[in-house]
Amino acid sequence: MNFYVLSLVKAAVVTFVMLTTLAYLQWLERKVLAHIQLRLGPSRVGPHGLLQPLADVVKLLTKEDLLPAHVNRFFYLLAPFLSVALAFTSIAVIPFGPEIEIFGVKTYMQLTDLNIGVLFLLAVSSIGVYAVALAGWASNSKYALLGALRASAQMISYELPLALAIASPLLVVNTLSLREIVDAQQGSYFGLLPRWTVLQAPMPQVLAFLIFLVAAFAETNRVPFDLPEAETELVAGFHTEYSSMKFAAFFMAEYAGMVTFCSLATVLFLGGWHPPFPEALGSSLVPSLVFAAGAALALYHGLYPARRRDRRTLPVVALVFAGLAALLAGSPGRILVPLFWFASKTGFLLFLFIWVRGTLPRFRYDQLMRFAWTFLFPLGIANLFATGLMVALWGA
Amino acid sequence: MDAFLFFLFAAIAVVCGINLVVQTHPISSALSLIGVMGALAVLYLLLGAEFIAAVQVVVYAGAIMVLFVFVIMLLNAGAEQPSNKSRLAHALGLPLLAALLGVLSYLIQRALPHSPRVIFGSFTKGTAREVGRSLFTEYLLPFEVISVLVLIAILGAVVLARKEID
Repeated sequence: MNFYVLSLVKAAVVTFVMLTTLAYLQWLERKVLAHIQLRLGPSRVGPHGLLQPLADVVKLLTKEDLLPAHVNRFFYLLAPFLSVALAFTSIAVIPFGPEIEIFGVKTYMQLTDLNIGVLFLLAVSSIGVYAVALAGWASNSKYALLGALRASAQMISYELPLALAIASPLLVVNTLSLREIVDAQQGSYFGLLPRWTVLQAPMPQVLAFLIFLVAAFAETNRVPFDLPEAETELVAGFHTEYSSMKFAAFFMAEYAGMVTFCSLATVLFLGGWHPPFPEALGSSLVPSLVFAAGAALALYHGLYPARRRDRRTLPVVALVFAGLAALLAGSPGRILVPLFWFASKTGFLLFLFIWVRGTLPRFRYDQLMRFAWTFLFPLGIANLFATGLMVALWGA
Repeated sequence: MDAFLFFLFAAIAVVCGINLVVQTHPISSALSLIGVMGALAVLYLLLGAEFIAAVQVVVYAGAIMVLFVFVIMLLNAGAEQPSNKSRLAHALGLPLLAALLGVLSYLIQRALPHSPRVIFGSFTKGTAREVGRSLFTEYLLPFEVISVLVLIAILGAVVLARKEID
């Protein structure tokens, strides 16, 4: 098929999936946080509040779009646009799965594979600072400016440990292309342990993985590093003056950043779409077993309903799950099983982001900076040197 | 296609460069400079130097210019006022600038030897691997010397910025 047509189709699919993920990630976050705090969370719009994201989109679209009188107009309007555009650009190089064949067309489950993929991601994320800084400065308001200054200082500082944490697994896999990075993590040790870079000889990258996660929290301005939007001090931080879709743009960019960083962690450290144990031990059966178990559970609760309407709704859910299990076990499984592993690893990391938000309080600003410069940064350098030594001594 | 992209991004670089000088507000100037860096990165990419292109964006646009913008924001520098003092500069500024550019381009063309035509896509040694290999074999001494130079600059900054302890 024509290269341009194929790329457009793939871009459309990825954009659609990404937007849906962003909407439901927000639902998931509210739900998980609510359950952590012994509340119910969104439950009015649709069953279990499942239509809440749609209601939110309608609400944000129809709100009045205010343009404050005292702003620097050009940069004020540029900032949210820049923020969303950059957040969606970085997903273009993430590989979701291996080479597949649909309707006779062979293609990779990735928009494009750059041989400088990792550097591209770093470049896009470092440009992302401008969106935040410009938003805060152009708003011409003290809360927004303070939030923007905090955000840019924090993002610059944590980019160093982030880059160091990314560099160490690159030494082990010896490439900058994200697809080749995943390919280098194929196989297993002793027929059991996966060769993911967190476990790969000669130097398991556990430390680099932890540094990467901490820095990712800071780069995406999430709790416990959410000082740029600390509502008790700064109202809402750098996007205080934004309303309607322009506010939603920053919101989307934050969640898209989370998805990108979790996907990148999956690709760099957790073996991308490769299963956690070899196929010889039946790892390709796990996805359909998971869904089959879900179907059985839903069917059981449908037969012995706690509420009256469960008698009708839960069997439907069971049917959907059983269908998914059949799909994963059948011939589409060749495409869906790698996607399942990628999505479940990324999903677990996303859950970790939410979990941490429900658990940890916010840092103080000096603690945040001291942590980056006097602990994470030296640790990253030490890990990089140790990895370099190990690779030089016992590497390929 | 390559030639079209080259002229497009060369034009963007020049326009951003002019905008950098024309703008009165420091933030606008700084952002124009980022535009220049980005356009230059695309030109590197077109010439086959993808590693240099990425590093150009990461280091210049992503690190150095962020610091510039950060400082401008912290100082809250306002728009500059034109001084309107010298009428001579007002009248002769543009013609003299054009003359200088003309002389410079003439001299450069005379002084430089004729090089073969640039063909897009013919240079393939711009990958990270090739750049790293030549840095650590052929150009090891200059590389190390520059790293020491940067270290001295950092130490100098620390010494200058440090509080006096008596």
